[in-house]
Amino acid sequence: MATSAEAGTQAQIEEIEPFEAVEEIEGGEVVLIDTREPHEYQEAHLQGGKLVPPGLLAEEIAAAAPDKSARTILYCRTGNRSALAAAQMQKLGYEDVASMAGGIVLWQEQGLPVVAAQGMTAEQRERYSRHTLLPEVGVDGQLKLLEAKVLLVGAGGLGAPTALYLAAAGVGTIGLVDDDVVDASNLQRQVIHSTERIGMPKTRSARLTIEALNPDVEVVEHRMRLDASNILETIEGYDVIVDGADNFPTRYLLNDASVRLRKPVVSASILSFDGQISTFVPFEGPCYRCLYPTPPPAELAPSCSANGVLGVMAGTMGTLQANEVFKLVLGVGEPLIGRLLLYEALSTRFTELKVRRDPECPICGESAPEIAESELGRFPDYELFCSG
Amino acid sequence: MATVRIPPVLRAQTGGQPEVDALGSSVGEVLRGLIAEHPKTEDQLFDSEGDLNRYVNIYLNDEDVRVLDGLDTSVGDGDTIVILPAMAGG
Repeated sequence: MATSAEAGTQAQIEEIEPFEAVEEIEGGEVVLIDTREPHEYQEAHLQGGKLVPPGLLAEEIAAAAPDKSARTILYCRTGNRSALAAAQMQKLGYEDVASMAGGIVLWQEQGLPVVAAQGMTAEQRERYSRHTLLPEVGVDGQLKLLEAKVLLVGAGGLGAPTALYLAAAGVGTIGLVDDDVVDASNLQRQVIHSTERIGMPKTRSARLTIEALNPDVEVVEHRMRLDASNILETIEGYDVIVDGADNFPTRYLLNDASVRLRKPVVSASILSFDGQISTFVPFEGPCYRCLYPTPPPAELAPSCSANGVLGVMAGTMGTLQANEVFKLVLGVGEPLIGRLLLYEALSTRFTELKVRRDPECPICGESAPEIAESELGRFPDYELFCSG
Repeated sequence: MATVRIPPVLRAQTGGQPEVDALGSSVGEVLRGLIAEHPKTEDQLFDSEGDLNRYVNIYLNDEDVRVLDGLDTSVGDGDTIVILPAMAGG
C-alpha cells in the first residue's frame, strides 16, 4: 500500500503495466533500471536490467542511464520504489521515465521471464558476492563465468597465476595443457604448485590446488604436448584460449588453429624482467602472425631456463591474462585487441603499441588460403622452428 | 636525439643497457647509429642484404614503422624507437 506521499509521487509520473513494458523492451532502445537493493537483484531481475539502488541513485544513475532523453523504464519489487526513483530522475532532468506498476512481483505473476540466480547456490551467492555487487558483473556475469570454458596452454610461470585467479573467479571449466612435471626450479614463480608436489605432473598439481580453492571449477587435464595432430580437437570445446606456452612452435600452431576455429587467444610471453601481452580475436583484430610473421632464429629466442625470469613479473603477466579472459567472457571493458602491452618490471613501466591486421597475413589475411576440411590440422614448417 | 629501447635479447650487445640514445633523422639512420655504437647488434637487426630482418619489429613511439615509411620514417627529438622481438617464454 503506497503512502500518501508515494501516491502523490505516483500521480505525477508515468506508470506502465508489465505487458506494456515487455513490448517496449523487446522493441529495443530502452534503458531498464532496477531500483532495488543488491541482494534482491541477485535473487532475480529482468534481463538487461541495470541495478541502481535507491540510496545510490544520485551517484550512479548517470553511469547506468547516460542519455537523459532516452526512454527509461524503472522497476522494483512492487512499484513503489521505482515510482519514487522516477520522480527523482525527473528532477535530475530525465525526460522520458516510466515506472512499471506492480514491479517484478506482478511481472513474474504474469509468467514473464526473469534472470534468476537459480544456477547459483547460497554458497555461490556468498562466494561470488564481491563480483555480483559489481554492476559490470552482476549475477548474469557470474553465471557466464560459471559456464565459461577456458583452456590454459602451459601450466607454468604464466599459467599458474592465470589458473589461480580464473579458478577463484569461478570459471566453470578450466582445461590445462602441459606435459611436464613439477620441478624445484619452477617454484620461484609457478605458485599453483608446491614443494611436496615436486615430480608430480603439473596438470595434476594444478588440479589439486584449483579443487581446494574452488569446488565449482571442473578441471580438465590435457597431459600432452600440442601438435598438429591433436590441437584442433583439444581446443575445439573451449571459449577462450590462454597462451602461456614456452616455445615458438606451440605459439604458431596455436595461433593457426585458433584462427581456423575462430577462438580468441590471450597471449603473453615473458623473459628476464620483461613481459608482453595481447589479445588475438580472429578476424576482429590481428593474429599472432600479423604481429610476428616469422619466428626469430635460435640465438634470438632464448628460453627462461637459459636466461632466467623474475617470478613476480610472471605473476603480473599471468594475472593480466586472467583479466583479459574476464573481459572476453563477460563482454565488458576493452580487451587488448590490436594492442600489445609491454611491461618492464625493473622500471615498472608499461608501454602500449598498436598492432594491425596484416592484409597479407598467411593465416588471417585477405588472401589466406581456404584450407579444405581434410587438410585441417596440417601445419607445415613447424619442425623448422627453433625451440624455446 | 632519439631514444632506442633495447629488448632483453639484445642487451648483451649493448652492454646491458635497456635504452640508449642515438642520433639520426630517420629510423634507418638511428638504427645505423645504434650499430655504430654497438656493432654486435647489426646481425640481429639486418640481413645480409641490408634489409631489416622480418622477425624484428621496429616501432616509432606506438606505431609499427611498416605502416609508416619503414626505415625512411623520419624521427624527431624526443621520439622513442622500440625494437620488439617475439618472445616465447611462458
